[in-house]
Amino acid sequence: MNAGFAESFHFLFTLSTIFYLFHLNILCMEGIIFDIKHYAIHDGPGIRQTIFLKGCPLSCWWCHNPESQKKEIESYTKVNKLDGKKFYKEETIGYRTTTSELMKIIEKDTLFYEESEGGVTFSGGEPLMQTDFLFDLARKTKMNYIHNALDTCGYVSQDDILRLIPYIDLWLYDLKIIDPELHERYTGVSNEIILKNLEFLDETGQDIILRFPVVPGITNTKSNIEQIILFAKTLRNTKRIDILPYHNISKSKYDRFQKKNRMENVKTEGLNAESIQNEFESNGFKVKIGG
Amino acid sequence: MNTRIQKLREQSLNAVNTISAERGLLITKFYQNELSGKESIPVERAKAFEYILNHKQICINDGELIVGERGPAPKATPTYPEICLHSLKDLEILNTRDKVSFKVDQKTRKSFEDLIIPFWKGRTQRERVFKAVKTEWIDAYEAGIFTEFQEQRAPGHTVAGKKIFRKGMLDLIKNAEEAEQKIDFLNDPDATEKSEELYAMKIVAQALINFAERHSIELEKLAEKNTDKKRKEELKRMAEICRRVPAHAPQTFHEALQHYWFIHLGVITELNPWDSFNPGRLDQHLFPFYASETEHKMLTREDAKELLESFWIKFNNHPSPPKVGVTAQESNTYTDFSLINLGGVNEQGEDATNEVTYLLLDVIEEMRILQPSSMVQVSKKNPDKLLKRAALITKTGFGQPSWFNTEAIIQELLRQGKDIEDARNGGASGCVETGAFGKESYILTGYFNLNKVFEVTLNNGKDPRTGKMIGIETGDPEEFENFQSLFEAFKKQLGHFVRIKLEGNNIIESLYEQEMPVPFLSLIIDDCIQNGKDYNAGGAKYNTSYVQGVGIGSLTDNLTALKYHVFDKKNITMTQMLDALENNFESHEELRHDLIYETPKYGNNDDYADEQAKEIFNAFFEAIDNKPTVRGGKFRINLLPTTSHVYFGSVINAMPDGRKAGEPLSEGISPVQGADRKGPTGVVLSASKLDHLKTGGTLLNQKFSPSFFNNPEGITKFIKLIRTYFRMDGHHIQFNVVNADTLRKAQKEPEKYNDLIVRVAGYSDYFNDLGEELQNEIIKRTEHGSL
Repeated sequence: MNAGFAESFHFLFTLSTIFYLFHLNILCMEGIIFDIKHYAIHDGPGIRQTIFLKGCPLSCWWCHNPESQKKEIESYTKVNKLDGKKFYKEETIGYRTTTSELMKIIEKDTLFYEESEGGVTFSGGEPLMQTDFLFDLARKTKMNYIHNALDTCGYVSQDDILRLIPYIDLWLYDLKIIDPELHERYTGVSNEIILKNLEFLDETGQDIILRFPVVPGITNTKSNIEQIILFAKTLRNTKRIDILPYHNISKSKYDRFQKKNRMENVKTEGLNAESIQNEFESNGFKVKIGG
Repeated sequence: MNTRIQKLREQSLNAVNTISAERGLLITKFYQNELSGKESIPVERAKAFEYILNHKQICINDGELIVGERGPAPKATPTYPEICLHSLKDLEILNTRDKVSFKVDQKTRKSFEDLIIPFWKGRTQRERVFKAVKTEWIDAYEAGIFTEFQEQRAPGHTVAGKKIFRKGMLDLIKNAEEAEQKIDFLNDPDATEKSEELYAMKIVAQALINFAERHSIELEKLAEKNTDKKRKEELKRMAEICRRVPAHAPQTFHEALQHYWFIHLGVITELNPWDSFNPGRLDQHLFPFYASETEHKMLTREDAKELLESFWIKFNNHPSPPKVGVTAQESNTYTDFSLINLGGVNEQGEDATNEVTYLLLDVIEEMRILQPSSMVQVSKKNPDKLLKRAALITKTGFGQPSWFNTEAIIQELLRQGKDIEDARNGGASGCVETGAFGKESYILTGYFNLNKVFEVTLNNGKDPRTGKMIGIETGDPEEFENFQSLFEAFKKQLGHFVRIKLEGNNIIESLYEQEMPVPFLSLIIDDCIQNGKDYNAGGAKYNTSYVQGVGIGSLTDNLTALKYHVFDKKNITMTQMLDALENNFESHEELRHDLIYETPKYGNNDDYADEQAKEIFNAFFEAIDNKPTVRGGKFRINLLPTTSHVYFGSVINAMPDGRKAGEPLSEGISPVQGADRKGPTGVVLSASKLDHLKTGGTLLNQKFSPSFFNNPEGITKFIKLIRTYFRMDGHHIQFNVVNADTLRKAQKEPEKYNDLIVRVAGYSDYFNDLGEELQNEIIKRTEHGSL
């Protein structure tokens, strides 16, 4: 037996031990989340728990979780009112936790998932920004017979998607703007990878619900909706779409977290949700307003 | 709803509550003039009942299909001077109080002044009760440690079983005669008492038949006068029905309703039993009549609905008899609590839902009136269809129906020693109280103020509001070295007050046994006839006396705040805390903020807090459960407040959970208002840590935004929330669907509405976290029902 073989054997042995320990939940990953929502009923089937992972590669103008964009833990001043008096507390947006700690919280609601055919939804931010953490978490929930949904913007590496496929039961996949330039203008990135990943997931037969945020003046334009329909029709297996009407929450969430809001001067125009629903339905899609 | 019902509903809703002197005058006259003085007490009471029914005015309202009023007109409410006597001052309070007032006219006032008050003063049951109980009982009662139902209302709280839908008064008289023949005068020391009781039962059964006959006569007169051909026929038919029932067992759907209604009037005319009587499992009782008549084309669904709606009006015409003294001023929300049970399982344990279940749900939705109240029993054997239909009514936000867990009810009853069939035929009545319908006398004895006991513990036996020593010395709280010592002190104090309460109850129940037999109610509830024994003397097959614990959510948060800040984190000392409480948090605002916002709370599935809830529950259970009562039954606990959490809060100073002096406590087993921040799953997970099966009912109230029901999927998720709670043995849940007013209140006092979740767009958020503009928009949307 030569030395090289012994070395690589040793390496493989160590690697398999690490995997084995992962499997026993002895080792676990650490990540940053910024919220957990219980009785989440708009993020997939049944009663769910939604875990919000921090960090997003996009910076959409209309983002309704502006506190999710930065990957790092941030601080802000929380204001509590009591008897008309204001109390200020320094708090953080996001906190570090481990997949084992999260599992304890996730499993507390197991009976609700079982009874309602619900489960866990990973949202964000973009959950795939913390790939290893998400992978470990999704694997653990799967091992506990929990249904996993992933809410993704799709701007992630195909390798990561490939690795996750066995653990994700339902993909909630954002489809915002088809024109690459406009996409880049309003979200900060091109949509090339996003559309490619979507096609890939569709071809491999994953269960996908498209999510279309209806943002007046930005995504809610005649041409964009036409293009979305055209594109979506090319998908072989994906026939469901959720329409998410935009809501101007600028005065609350952006203020609360002391963030700059770019939607202030955007004019509200475009089709209403029902007309968009009709458009999609007449093209053979199953549509839900509000997710 | 057809035009007739619309009119009847309007009439009922517009009828003004009045105090009627009719019953008071009749019973006064009877005891003054008619009484021979040679009869036993049960026979006297029976003859008084007969006298009232023979002489009271018969009231038949325009267009109604079911007849019979307790007073001379709808909402004309009698008093029961033999139980408690309204003074002229009480009448004035009732006449003028803001909410649920009862108008008192000059003639009524004069009747009270000249006849009723002079005769009954010094002879009422209430006076007997206050004379018989000990000083320590009076002290605790006055301090607000507990209330006592039976000082103003007779023991009641029972529900009709299937027997009355299968037997007429003549059958019951026959049963009483059979029981008489079995009396063993040679060997049974109670033989004479039994014989008198059975004689009394026969008198009241016949009295009800005569009362129905008086209605027949009146109906015939009206038929003769009436020129409308259709109504004329209707009146004639109703006259025939009143000749048949309640003398005989009902044969038709219409007869069944009229039959029950006469029995209902009998029960609430005899005395004023707490929590009005009701027909219980109505969908089961009515189904055989409905099925057979619809099959033979004698009755359509629409006919049946019209009859049921007419029946519904009768309940709404009968407000709860108002109270006297301080409680007259305070308790202004009392309707009687007739709770119609739907769904559940039948005697064989099978799904009991049928066409009448869904018909009744239509009636509930259309009628939208306070009384009768309604609930659905949800068994694992019932289809989701039942829940989905009922959820559509819950969504409309008038609080009905409430939701109950059949399997929990059955297990609770079995634990108390009931037969499986009796348990399956049972249900919940009043607010949430478990009972074996038709076979049990389950008395509510009064609310018990857990937080007041805790306040007395923090003051080493004294009531801080009066400085009076009402408890026992359990140690200076500043000396407690750990949380356990504090909790032990609380347990000792609890044991002390529970003993006072139970002793008092035994005294009071004995007084009812001796002085206030109820031969009519005894006819209805098994096995009073067979035993020849009165309902109030333990004649029923099962006898239970419940004590209602109030404020477990508040007490959990109070104990948790002390454990967290004083003993574990040592943020402050007990001395500082007590000082803050004494000053009602004045110049301790920062501390109060931390107590509200930075402290573990019950209702979030947080074991740190929920452990205390379990401990309190166990302590309360151990102190009361299975102690014997004088009626040969057992004391049991349940956890419900009705409105007493407001009164109980008014007698307590500031508390460690940040609650200020006088503010309401938490209700039922619900978290403190605004303390739950982890959504409804967190609430039901916390609530299910209590051992519901060891109670006779718990009450959980959950705030819900209407937006959660806005599509079929939302409704499915909602019913699965209920199913999950029930899978964890939860007893009851009801939904307070928030309206725009609630949201406006939340804008003003956000700290009380931390739990309020609303749907914003494709997502939901805490209302408090939204900016004011968005809050306003959501208020507008809620107002327009467009959510």
